[in-house]
Amino acid sequence: MAGPINWFLQIASIAKFGLLSIPRRRGAVLATVIGIAGVVTVLVGVLSISTGFKHAMTVSGSPDIAIVLRSGADSEMVSGLSHDETRVIADSPGVARSAQGPLSSPELFVIIDIPKRATGLDFNVPLRGVERAAFQVHDNVKLIRGRMFDWGKDEVIAGIGAAQEFAGLDVGSAIKVGRAVWPVVGIFAANGGVAESEIWTGATVLQETYHRGDSFQSVQAKLISPGAYEQFKDSLTSNPQLNVKVERQTEYYVERSETMTRLITTLGFLIAFLMAIGAVFGALNTMYSAVSSRTREIGTLRALGFGAGAVIVALMIESLVLALVGGAIGGSLAYFAFNGFHTSTMNFQSFSQVAFAFRVTPQLLIRGIIWAATIGLIGGLFPALRAARLPIAAALREM
Amino acid sequence: MKFAHLIWGNLKRKKLRTCLTLLSILVAFVLFGMLMAIKQALAGGVKLAGADRLIVRDKVSIIQFLPVSYKARMERIPGVSLAVHQTWFGGIYQDPKNFFMQTPVVPEEFLQMHTEYILPPAQKKAWLQTRTGAIVGRKSADRFHWKIGDKIPIKSSVFPKQDGSDVWTFDIVGIYDGRDKGTDTTPMLFRYDYFDEARSSWAKGQVGWYTIRVQDPAKAAEVAKRVDQEFENSSSETKTEPEGAFLQGWASQICNITLIVGSILGAVFFTMLLVSGNTMSQSVRERTGELGVQKAIGFTNAQIVSLVLAESCLLTVLGAVLGLGLAWMFASRGDPTGGLLPLFFLPIPDLFLGLGISLALGLVTGFFPALSAMRLRVADALRRM
Amino acid sequence: MSESQKTNGVLVRVERVEKVFHRGTESIHVLADLSLDVAAREFLALMGPSGSGKTTLLNLIGGLDRPTKGTVTVGGERVDRLSDRELAHWRARHVGFIFQLYNLMPVLNAEQNVELPLLLTHLSKAERKEHVQAALAVVGLRHRAKHYPRTLSGGEQQRVGIARGIVTDPTILLCDEPTGDLDRKAGDGILDLLQALNREHGKTVIMVTHDPHASRRAGRIVYLEKGQLSNEPLQ
Repeated sequence: MAGPINWFLQIASIAKFGLLSIPRRRGAVLATVIGIAGVVTVLVGVLSISTGFKHAMTVSGSPDIAIVLRSGADSEMVSGLSHDETRVIADSPGVARSAQGPLSSPELFVIIDIPKRATGLDFNVPLRGVERAAFQVHDNVKLIRGRMFDWGKDEVIAGIGAAQEFAGLDVGSAIKVGRAVWPVVGIFAANGGVAESEIWTGATVLQETYHRGDSFQSVQAKLISPGAYEQFKDSLTSNPQLNVKVERQTEYYVERSETMTRLITTLGFLIAFLMAIGAVFGALNTMYSAVSSRTREIGTLRALGFGAGAVIVALMIESLVLALVGGAIGGSLAYFAFNGFHTSTMNFQSFSQVAFAFRVTPQLLIRGIIWAATIGLIGGLFPALRAARLPIAAALREM
Repeated sequence: MKFAHLIWGNLKRKKLRTCLTLLSILVAFVLFGMLMAIKQALAGGVKLAGADRLIVRDKVSIIQFLPVSYKARMERIPGVSLAVHQTWFGGIYQDPKNFFMQTPVVPEEFLQMHTEYILPPAQKKAWLQTRTGAIVGRKSADRFHWKIGDKIPIKSSVFPKQDGSDVWTFDIVGIYDGRDKGTDTTPMLFRYDYFDEARSSWAKGQVGWYTIRVQDPAKAAEVAKRVDQEFENSSSETKTEPEGAFLQGWASQICNITLIVGSILGAVFFTMLLVSGNTMSQSVRERTGELGVQKAIGFTNAQIVSLVLAESCLLTVLGAVLGLGLAWMFASRGDPTGGLLPLFFLPIPDLFLGLGISLALGLVTGFFPALSAMRLRVADALRRM
Repeated sequence: MSESQKTNGVLVRVERVEKVFHRGTESIHVLADLSLDVAAREFLALMGPSGSGKTTLLNLIGGLDRPTKGTVTVGGERVDRLSDRELAHWRARHVGFIFQLYNLMPVLNAEQNVELPLLLTHLSKAERKEHVQAALAVVGLRHRAKHYPRTLSGGEQQRVGIARGIVTDPTILLCDEPTGDLDRKAGDGILDLLQALNREHGKTVIMVTHDPHASRRAGRIVYLEKGQLSNEPLQ
């Protein structure tokens, strides 16, 4: 067995012959590269849906904001808190205060039918009724177009995500709320967070329209610090006047998206897995045919003294290179085609739409490349072993 | 068929290559089958919707309640033969991940409306006699291993009881089956009278939505209008639409599943075309001499083309049959997501669609190789051999 | 004209035939102003150095190619004027080909290979089987009917090729270097067979060869050099 440098030279030359022979077997090479690119594109594309959805649901979660719901309610929609309860919560220890008072925001959460821009079919969009404190608690909400709604008037502002997906949410247009028509007077952004899928209005007008009296559904409170959470929670849960459950906003958002994320991820992996298996067969096919068309050439090299080990490694490198090229193409395609693609879907747990964008993250791309590499290695291994084990005399006789 | 062993023999020429190509095709069709099942799960309910049923809900939003008193008013509207209500109970059994629907109903009339639920008469009688009784569908009963006589605690996230607790206990008095393959047998149904009495005052006398049956399905749109007109100036205005449209609305809210499935399958089949097409091209190229001999012997161009196409089609159709078979077996095992897609199966029409597609793919992959085989000049071919 | 030609009538008439091949911008004149008559029941050998156009001439007679100029008539039929489809049908009925490298389908066994031309006819399965058995009997290989080419010797493979060439009972047998790839003994066996087919079964045989040992078995030899025919070998 020759020394290591010699070995590398052997591998390099065999690999070089391999790459030079590619023009001869264009068809098969193209088939593999495109096949693997396809797998990676689909894998990354489908998983970017899940990443994007998760991101939208969790990015705005803040560790120093707590959400209070009625005990037993698993989402704002089914929760109910009386006016008095919201006052008690606002005065609880741990809540940050400003000159205007406690940073505690009682909120209403309902859903409303709005047709989607693309299809015209009605969709359930969240409509949130807030008081002034809401803008101090949710400090990432910033008006980017138009103006703020007037308190007490039947007006709304819409999140930018919702505005992109649903019809009639431009400044100057209006939405139908029951029999009435409410104008949209402004558009707001919230750093890509969940609020951007929502429409906001004043709590009082919403209570009237939905016959809620003076009750709310949740309280979102900004705490003095993330560390104050325990104190805040304990004081509420031990208070006999209240029957509530308390969570950090971050936990709440994660929980709220769990089902949907699970659905998308499970299905995404199922699909990608099947495609990957198909790609492995395709890669094996290519490499076997690559090897068989070069049997005499490889036999000649071995007759001349090139080692079987070098042959195996060189062939696997060749397969790997093709696969990585395919992976890179697939990843880029996925990035340009999917990243930032806006859409919305229904979050089962809140019955309402969440607008989000597909996200092709670096981790996703790396994962795609790894899949491609794995396919390439498996696809190259068996043909390489066969090429190395073929008796040299037989190899030389082949046409 | 006399050419059968020629076609088959050509496929056996390079067994490994044929096998790998076959496996690629097989996997593509397993994927096809699974995607069709997923599409069915997300959007298939629509086809099973009753043509004579309309859904009535609060106009402002589905989450708003309607008064139970609306029932009588609706049944008085000409064209309406029956109105029954349901309410989203939002219950959890042990773990929030055990997702399934529960709703309070009025037993007798509910079963009259939903003829797709099949309940043995003895069990129905027991239900009418037991206030806290509930019937559950076969799927959920199997999933949670419930039997008749079990006492089941359900924690409602929407409706607390009068006494302040949110845990409701029901007695399983019956297990119903679905009439059609696509009938959802996951919901649990319990009695409205028990529910309304025991629930807190917060939403007493209110229900979620109504299903009404129209006497003449052809007049459904008219009746829908009449219903909405009836409640135009009442406390809760209504929006009435056919059951199919309502379900379609839900399905499309999740995603445009048809588009997604279509795109993925497009990518998959395109790749498969490349793989099979490449195999066929190679195979034909290797046979140049033999093809020349066949032509010399007197095979016409048409015959040569047919033989090549028959070969490529045999490959794709065989792969499809095996792949669809596997997909069928896998889909029969039910929901792979553990509860989110209760109706999981592979519809028969989609199987035939798959076979049709495989035939088309066979023709496409064989097209260029067949063309080059046809164009082969005999003298050149023989010389090359 | 030879004795046999005078008595049996002309089966093949090649008149003033020219064949030009185009390779890129080059034109190669393989055959130039060539005429040849072959009588029925003749055994003719076509000799000449490689590249002289022997195979091209054979292809023209067999309807595998068309002349650039001139006419080819076989059995009264103007072969150069038939369409591709008509040629295919014509070949199936009238011509048996025997190639240097046997050209058997490796995926079919011996009797399936022999059966191949019969698949183009309307004969029933039983009838086809009969013809195949008869052809295999003539070449003495009935006992190897189920064997695949890879398990047959060179000589046996060529016999199967001959069996295939005669199974449709064609008028004319065209052989392109039939013994070129065989050793002396096997080659002699093949030549015996061809002679028997010619004398006892009345087949017209045109054989291309560069081997004088083989050509001596023929009734007449013509020599092809640079596209021209002559009756004398060139030195």
